[in-house]
Amino acid sequence: MPVDLDVPVHPRMSEVEGSAVRFQQVTKSFGDLVVLDDLDLDVAAGEKLVIVGPSGSGKTTILRVLMTLERPDSGLVQVNGDYLYHEERNGRLHAASQRHIRQVRRRIGMVFQHFNLFPHMTALENVSFAPRKVLGLSRSEGVEKAKDLLSSVGLGDKFDEHPSRLSGGQKQRVAIARALAMEPEVMLFDEVTSALDPELVGEVLGVLRDLAENTSMTMLLVTHEMGFAREIGDRVVMFDEGHVVEAGPPEQIFANPQEQRTRDFLHAVLDRK
Amino acid sequence: MTWDWEFAWRIMPRLLEGLVTTVQATLLGITLAMVLGLVLAMLRRSEVRAISWPTAWVVEFIRSTPLLVQLYFLYFVGPTFGLTMGALTTGVLGLGLHYATYTSEVYRAGIESVPRGQWEASTALNLSPVTTWGRVVLPQAIPVVIPALGNYLIAMFKDVPLLATITVLDVLGEARAVGAQSFRYLEPYTLAGLLFLAVSIPASILVRQLEVRLARRP
Amino acid sequence: MLSDNALWRPFLDGIWITLQVTFYGAALGTFMSVLSGLASMSSVRGVRWVSRVYVDFFRGTSAIVQLFWIFYALPLIGPSFSPMVAGAVTLGLNMGSYGSEVVRGAVQAVPRGQTEASIALNLSAMQRMQYVIFPQAAVSMLPPYGNLLIELLKASALVSLITLADITFVAQVLRVNGTASTLTLFSIALVLYFVIAQGIALVVRLAEARLSQGLEVGRGAGRRAA
Repeated sequence: MPVDLDVPVHPRMSEVEGSAVRFQQVTKSFGDLVVLDDLDLDVAAGEKLVIVGPSGSGKTTILRVLMTLERPDSGLVQVNGDYLYHEERNGRLHAASQRHIRQVRRRIGMVFQHFNLFPHMTALENVSFAPRKVLGLSRSEGVEKAKDLLSSVGLGDKFDEHPSRLSGGQKQRVAIARALAMEPEVMLFDEVTSALDPELVGEVLGVLRDLAENTSMTMLLVTHEMGFAREIGDRVVMFDEGHVVEAGPPEQIFANPQEQRTRDFLHAVLDRK
Repeated sequence: MTWDWEFAWRIMPRLLEGLVTTVQATLLGITLAMVLGLVLAMLRRSEVRAISWPTAWVVEFIRSTPLLVQLYFLYFVGPTFGLTMGALTTGVLGLGLHYATYTSEVYRAGIESVPRGQWEASTALNLSPVTTWGRVVLPQAIPVVIPALGNYLIAMFKDVPLLATITVLDVLGEARAVGAQSFRYLEPYTLAGLLFLAVSIPASILVRQLEVRLARRP
Repeated sequence: MLSDNALWRPFLDGIWITLQVTFYGAALGTFMSVLSGLASMSSVRGVRWVSRVYVDFFRGTSAIVQLFWIFYALPLIGPSFSPMVAGAVTLGLNMGSYGSEVVRGAVQAVPRGQTEASIALNLSAMQRMQYVIFPQAAVSMLPPYGNLLIELLKASALVSLITLADITFVAQVLRVNGTASTLTLFSIALVLYFVIAQGIALVVRLAEARLSQGLEVGRGAGRRAA
């Protein structure tokens, strides 16, 4: 839990032109295990950033900290120039109120590995629910929006199905539509194809590809699909043991990695195929 | 009316005497319930439908009707058929019967909690039924059922005051008697409540610890 | 004898009283279950503590002793209640102390991903509980809730001891009046309770079927496989 830092705001800290997401010296541990070790990371507005790395390397924690599902132990997180866990008062940073966090969090959306759809709601309700309750849309506005989004992910015929009646790929597409319905500026995708049967991966990647190509949304993707990472990533971050090992354009990371650890990792993953 | 410490102190021995009766009834009742419950559980497991089916209904019937009325039934109907028992005996019989329907479910759940593979392994090793039950199934089922039985022991303890309605002088029976004699009800009923707390709170803590300890065992 | 009005009229009145006290007790009991169950998960320590004391107190004492205390002892130092109110309050508070754990267990059993998805959609804590967590928890609460209702019905026989003319009271009065044999009277009483209990069980099962519509098919199947 971040405490009052009570440090003066450095003029350069708040000047984040073009940065949609910024991590500054963010640390997070679970017991003795350090999952984020003094992490610095900038994501430009509109950038499609792919994070790869071995399991348990902490890459998912980056997304979870950004979504406020885990509180960092220390450090600063900014979203479009606003601090997520801190508020500026009199030129100093203080621990943010729940209200402030909710306000900043509104710009972020997330799709989970295990979908986390609401099982007691139909596909349509899953998508229309939060826009109505949080954004204040009327029932008909919410439903219309949900129908558009579900149709756009190829589920125009599944409005009234409950999640239990959908395949994994269909569930994940509903989950994507649900996150999109909140019109986030930054979208987080946490291993969204890892829980899917191999033959269903394609339909979900198709939707992601579409989003990456046709929207200006900032996207952070944690994935094990290396081919896909290479195809849609503007930049790839190799992450291990709480650190960014190296980062660069996909061609460089995949074709010409500079670090031994990256080479080992790619070797292991690509060999497995 | 205000609380009279002197009076409270004076009636304490009688209430404690009642508590002894309450504990006696509980221990006898739970023993009966554990034995009868095992019988019911086995009858229910029977493959003969003419046995398992009526057993299921009897269990369901006893479980979903009030213990108080069952006590009245035993106490008032028995003598009309020449079956006269003392009040305490009637009470213990009622408690035992009523709670046997609960313990039979506990046993059933305990036995079912032993994975199928354990039975299959026993068959594969050609163990006799006695060895299978005695050395494989029950040792795994019993730790599961002990906390549940403990909880029913405490529940039964709190149901014993119902026996006061058929003239048993347990804690509540004594409290009522004191009240009727002295026209003071505040102290006897309050003390009766406190006595129950004094016994059942430590008892539930004990059961909870037992549960934790058994759960930790491999 | 079965057409005997002197036998059936009193029992009909008794059924009505039993149903009333059970209904009011259940209403209070449900409210207390939810209130105390949610309180037991509060992030405020004092709130958790109040819930704990309530639960331990009512689970630690006997319902019949509570009833006698509220009806016979409390009026001597505080307010006095009619038998119906005293009965419903005792039964309700008692049920709530058991229901508290049912609510807590069911809420905690809802997968963590549901909470996380709600946070990701920026729902408030209230909305999260009201629309996402509670509706799912309710399904797994129903079977134990049904058992609590039947326990409540059974405990309602206690109100006969504070002069409320329920089924049990009627059986006793008719026994004293010698209207019918004790075997007949108490058999009727037992069967009446049994029938009401089956009715409650049926309603709960129907509610469960309705609420679980569309929920993971795996739920039912998983239970059988486990």
